[in-house]
Amino acid sequence: MRAAQFVNTLLLTELVKAFFLTMRYFFSPKPTINYPFEKGHVSPRFRGEHALRRYPNGEERCIACKLCEAICPAQAITIEAGPRQNDGTRRTVRYDIDMVKCIYCGFCQEACPVDAIVEGPNFEFATETREELYFSKEKLLANGDRWEREIAANLSADAPYR
Amino acid sequence: MANIKVDGQLVEVPDYYTLMQAAEAAGAEIPRFCYHERLSVAGNCRMCLVEVKGGPPKPMASCAMSVKDLRLGPNGEPPEMFTNTPMVKKAREGVMEFLLINHPLDCPICDQGGECDLQDQAMAYGVDKNRFSENKRAVEDKYIGPLVKTSMNRCIHCTRCVRFTTEVAGIAEMGLLGRGEDAEITTYLEKALSSELQGNVIDLCPVGALTSKPYAFNARPWELLKTESIDVMDAVGCNIRVDSRGREVMRILPRINEAINEEWISDKTRFIWDGLKSQRLDRPYVRKGGKLLPASWEEALSAVAARIKKAGNKVGAIAGDLAAVEEMYALKALLASIGSGMTDVRPAMSGIDPSMPRSAYIFNPTIAGIEEADAIVIIGANPRKEAALINARIRKTWRAKGLPIAVIGEQADLTYTYSYLGEGLETLTDLVAGNGSFGETLAKAQRPLIIVGESAVSHATLGKQAGRDTIALAAKLATGSNVAEGWNGLALLHNAASRVGGLDIGFVPHDGGVCSADQIALAGKGELDVLFLLGADEYDTSAMGKAFVVYIGSHGDAGANRADVILPAATYTEKSGTYVNTEGRVQVTNRAVFPPGDAKEDWAIVRALSGAIGKPLPFNSLTQLRSVIYAEFPHLARIDQIAAGSVADVAKLAKAVIKTKSAPYGSAVSEFYLTNPIARSSAVMGECAATAASLQQAAE
Repeated sequence: MRAAQFVNTLLLTELVKAFFLTMRYFFSPKPTINYPFEKGHVSPRFRGEHALRRYPNGEERCIACKLCEAICPAQAITIEAGPRQNDGTRRTVRYDIDMVKCIYCGFCQEACPVDAIVEGPNFEFATETREELYFSKEKLLANGDRWEREIAANLSADAPYR
Repeated sequence: MANIKVDGQLVEVPDYYTLMQAAEAAGAEIPRFCYHERLSVAGNCRMCLVEVKGGPPKPMASCAMSVKDLRLGPNGEPPEMFTNTPMVKKAREGVMEFLLINHPLDCPICDQGGECDLQDQAMAYGVDKNRFSENKRAVEDKYIGPLVKTSMNRCIHCTRCVRFTTEVAGIAEMGLLGRGEDAEITTYLEKALSSELQGNVIDLCPVGALTSKPYAFNARPWELLKTESIDVMDAVGCNIRVDSRGREVMRILPRINEAINEEWISDKTRFIWDGLKSQRLDRPYVRKGGKLLPASWEEALSAVAARIKKAGNKVGAIAGDLAAVEEMYALKALLASIGSGMTDVRPAMSGIDPSMPRSAYIFNPTIAGIEEADAIVIIGANPRKEAALINARIRKTWRAKGLPIAVIGEQADLTYTYSYLGEGLETLTDLVAGNGSFGETLAKAQRPLIIVGESAVSHATLGKQAGRDTIALAAKLATGSNVAEGWNGLALLHNAASRVGGLDIGFVPHDGGVCSADQIALAGKGELDVLFLLGADEYDTSAMGKAFVVYIGSHGDAGANRADVILPAATYTEKSGTYVNTEGRVQVTNRAVFPPGDAKEDWAIVRALSGAIGKPLPFNSLTQLRSVIYAEFPHLARIDQIAAGSVADVAKLAKAVIKTKSAPYGSAVSEFYLTNPIARSSAVMGECAATAASLQQAAE
């Protein structure tokens, strides 16, 4: 045992091994990405920025059942509802999410009976002021319109496991 | 009494009990949809199935089977029922599956969601798979008025609404048409319900088929803060629960109080809440150059104080229909400190004299006591409009006993049959003399109930004597020779929540003061310098001449229009106030939300004003104010109790000499939905009044 240790120490085996390791990583492909220009993989279950979706005919999905507001552990969601002017259906008058309070637990999208509120794949919504993180209904619907293709793809990818 | 074993536990119950009542006595819970303890038994939802031993070998509906229907065992063992056997569970699951076949899956958009009987019971007895692959039944929604929204797909045909409207509300306007899959609840003609109790079907409906139209989609039950309070729309003092969210009252629901409202409330009580948000006075106003301009509290109070200092004791105060005891007491004390006794809470020319004993102005037999009466005379009142819940209680008694009822005054549809005697004091004098067939019936009655309305007591043109004589004549009727010992049948029916409380604390002319009508007359002549209106809007504001009118109230109504200074105050949902109902029961409202803007509680305004005058009143908090009131009027400290009026006092009243020959009686309330400033500010109440008017027109 002692003899082997002695030989190793004498021949600097560990040092040489370390050199080889370094060289292997030196020539292998780089895992670091050039972030703003390159992006990593995002799971279909990723819980990012919220969005309110619409049906293909343009009708908003949300029916103001307030289940997301009820389940939200951070109480980040505020909803006011009432009958809509033109057809008397149940709709939100106000749908606010305080993204500063939000803990991105995803309970809101779990609670939603019509897949209206979802947490989309977008995580790049940092802002310069706090006020910009108080999302209104317009902002959330605009998010939904912008991300609909990705959100729909993610939902269908995850559907077999639900 | 009968013995029965419920899930192995032996209980002894009266033999007229149903199995469901027996199970409740034993503490076993039985699910139900159609059964309601205040309505007749229908037995059509089948959810209350139980297994019995000593009866048919099949699941039995426990609401419709009586304990005495069951046989004893061969050796005299008591019959048995089971509420939790596999057979019961399977039977109930079957019933639930049938109910859910046609019930839409729209809980997320249903207003009943979160407080739905079907939702709750489906958690216990629902099956998660649907075996029904056909189309669901579709039923058209019906229009049944501006208050109740229908969603008939959700209906499970329990017929609670039909039974309520025919039995309790007394209108035969709802029914179940068709059979099987075609069965529909409908009002036959797509016309609005004409009852003033229709809002109760919303509470009765176990699913979301009948929901509140004004409250539609506004809030969920779990986000509401519930405050137990008292209603002030009429003098009945219904027990209510005020549901609020943030600074808004979202809805009002009844609380159970067997002595007053059982579990019903009138539509005015239930749907008034939108009036609490509109036309509010949220900051003080001072009239400058003929225009009311916004001002700060200091400006407004100093303007009033300056006028009071100039006026000496030529200051009057009239309390309106919604004033609580606290603020009336404070205002009375304020006026007393400047040497004025001109306070009044009564309508113009009321025959209720400040010197009269308490039994002369309260509903002595009590509301629950109506059920003990064996003859009723209604004098100058339309209880259906003035006190809808008292009318419901009369109808309940009439249905149970078929007692004779007579009316002197307005001949209106009261939902029960009565003999109409005439319309004025002449008829009453006739009845007291024992003339006519009803005179004979009444003479034999042991528990006669004589209801005297405000229109019979207050005669604006005839003066106070007519009202006094009416009370004396009614007292004579109530103290006939056959009347049972201890029965006090004289029942004054007030129509304002403030009235009895104000009379109790003596918010009536004293120490040389004059009554409300005379105060206004004095003001018109320029002999009264300052007039306080404590939420008083029912008086003639155009006749107040050049008097400096200070309006302390919550809504921009008649009084606020005439006012020279407006001091914004709180409504009954925004303060804790003591109210005494028409039977003399002391009750307290609780604050559900805060008053809007700069508005303050009424008593605090009066206290601040006393400071501005330089004669501060001896209380700085509501607790201190109450202890002062309780020290002077100990019966007000006994919450939810009645300090009964004495029978001897009524007998003394009956001895009065009648001086009036004739006086017309009618009803003090012409528009049920628009009796007070809050109701007049409410859009829903306005719509109801318009609907009622069009129904009236269609009927004529």
